[in-house]
Amino acid sequence: MSQETILEVKDLRTSFFVEGNEVKAVDGVTFDVPKGKTLGIVGESGSGKSISALSILQLIDSPGKIVGGEINFKGDNLLKYNDNQMRKIRGNQISMIFQEPMTSLNPVYTVGQQLREALKIHRGLGKEAGTEKAVELLELVGIPSPRSRVTQYPFELSGGMRQRVMIAMALACDPELLVADEPTTALDVTIQAQILELLKELQDEFHMSIIMITHDLGVVAETCDYVAVMYCGKVVEYADVNTLFKNPRHPYTVGLLNSLPRSDVDQEELEPIKGTVPAPHEMPKGCRFAPRCPFATDLCHEKLPALEDIGEEEQIRCWIYTDEWDGDPEVKVYEPEQRTSED
Amino acid sequence: MSQNKELLKIKNLKQYFPIKGGVFGRTVNHVKAVDDISFTIYEGETVSLVGESGCGKSTTGRAILRLDDPTAGEVEFDNTDLLSLNKKEMRQMRKDLQIIFQDPYASLNPRMTVRQSLNEAMEIQNVVPQDQRNDRIAELMETVGLQPHQADRFPHEFSGGQRQRIGIARALSVNPKLIVCDEAVSALDVSIQAQVLNLLKKFQEEMNLTYLFIAHDLGVVRHISDRIIVMYLGKIVEMGDTKSIFENPQHPYTKALLSAIPVPDPEKKIDRIFLQGDVPSPMDPPQGCRFHTRCPFATEKCAQEAPELREEDYMENGHVAACHYMKDIETGAHQPTKDTTSVRA
Repeated sequence: MSQETILEVKDLRTSFFVEGNEVKAVDGVTFDVPKGKTLGIVGESGSGKSISALSILQLIDSPGKIVGGEINFKGDNLLKYNDNQMRKIRGNQISMIFQEPMTSLNPVYTVGQQLREALKIHRGLGKEAGTEKAVELLELVGIPSPRSRVTQYPFELSGGMRQRVMIAMALACDPELLVADEPTTALDVTIQAQILELLKELQDEFHMSIIMITHDLGVVAETCDYVAVMYCGKVVEYADVNTLFKNPRHPYTVGLLNSLPRSDVDQEELEPIKGTVPAPHEMPKGCRFAPRCPFATDLCHEKLPALEDIGEEEQIRCWIYTDEWDGDPEVKVYEPEQRTSED
Repeated sequence: MSQNKELLKIKNLKQYFPIKGGVFGRTVNHVKAVDDISFTIYEGETVSLVGESGCGKSTTGRAILRLDDPTAGEVEFDNTDLLSLNKKEMRQMRKDLQIIFQDPYASLNPRMTVRQSLNEAMEIQNVVPQDQRNDRIAELMETVGLQPHQADRFPHEFSGGQRQRIGIARALSVNPKLIVCDEAVSALDVSIQAQVLNLLKKFQEEMNLTYLFIAHDLGVVRHISDRIIVMYLGKIVEMGDTKSIFENPQHPYTKALLSAIPVPDPEKKIDRIFLQGDVPSPMDPPQGCRFHTRCPFATEKCAQEAPELREEDYMENGHVAACHYMKDIETGAHQPTKDTTSVRA
């Protein structure tokens, strides 16, 4: 990679041990987050995108466990840190916002008290200085009359306001990396537009790097610089956002784009991906996507492809792009005319 | 579509929910979830109700099926006034009026196998003679893309997409005329959502079904609908053909709503209209135009007078919107009075 990376995730493995079985939720995930940029992690339910994010902050509870890999943050492997060292990182250099602001805010403390907590722990700010900073933060995230809001409880705020409070909290200590796990999924679309724009403005102001976890390809296209597409616990494609949408390579990425009903163009018919995501205990031994892939050959069913570099900043996990490919050499995974826009 | 017969006619529908309070549990106020709306659905078409949380779209769907009894208004289905029917008559009527809910896990009885669930629906409506029901169940399962032998499984043994197919199979089992799809595909992953949407379209062509589609995902709405009704705080603010609404929205709310959708194309730049603040409480909706508190074009008049749905000469036939200034906004004579480019108050 030509640019400076702030976070480098290498072969991360997180498993859940349930009734003597190992469920590999994250199964060898590798990606880089370039400094000051936004990396999108996109995938459907069960693809392991949220678990990857939680693993970065080591927020995995039993029966889950990080079983292997490296998480290099500014050159240091976070997996070597003890609890104490990790606590100094969380909410300070790396912070996180979650999907459901109501469940991640404490209902019995005021907004001000919750904002002050991080400031006290990481910055040693007392009550007065903390409150001042809290007001400043609320103003920063565009909450009207912030001074009266600091004394309010989460239930007194609307969904959009709560998510703004979450963002304020995450920004309290000027983090270098913000992990946003589906930050707008629970919000209405006009509120989602506000929050995404706010995140973009704040990123420009503070030069943060962001990991944006989402299932919404629209959100990816609008907010991300780079994208990692995940399927069944693995990254199947990594590319910059323009390449991914213009020239998607993995059959799964193509399938996602073709099944997306779009609001900006007229479409004749959607082309769904056939079948369903395999259950964790019956993972195919070859390529995880092979049973649903329209191009799959014997090779795909037998052997798992590796995530390989193609081009400067692109990686792909698919046999089609290797020398070993045993199917049609002329195979066209993506035909752009399928979704040409009318305007 | 207009040559088709009117299947469902809603007139001045109101649905108020009382709020009880005080020592004696008296009604202290009302949530005006749906406040005086009228529209018509023709046979064989798909009409979508769109809007943000709390706009009354689901309440409207439930009121049509009388899952909640409406406060006032008329609901005429196939020339029958649904609100005048007693419970027994209404139950018979539901043979023609079915609903698919968002969460199929919550709407299927977990203790009944799929066969029992489907059988129950057919038994209550008595649409298929008992000895033919098993054949019909097998046929239904195949229609929605499941194996007939899976009918003896329980709901928890299926994935989310499969459960939604069962919900559809159950709605289809009684050969309805109208299906209300209340966020029927919202909980599904996009690859599965596309499968279910295609299935719904196929059934519509094969069985001449009529859909009332309630959804917040405007991509889905554009794909499936013939006509669209946009609601805001219990009122209809705009309705018209899908193409006309998406390409030529008239109401400032519709414009803001459409501009807010993230587009899956990083090279496409959209002029986004950011609305200030949140939707006001339906307990105490704003006077005049309900949108005036957030509308970038609002004036004193908007705060006083509620605009009626009307058509301007340049609009397509059947496209109506409720805004005092839509023509002046269109020509540029009326300019916004608020900033819509910033997200920080």
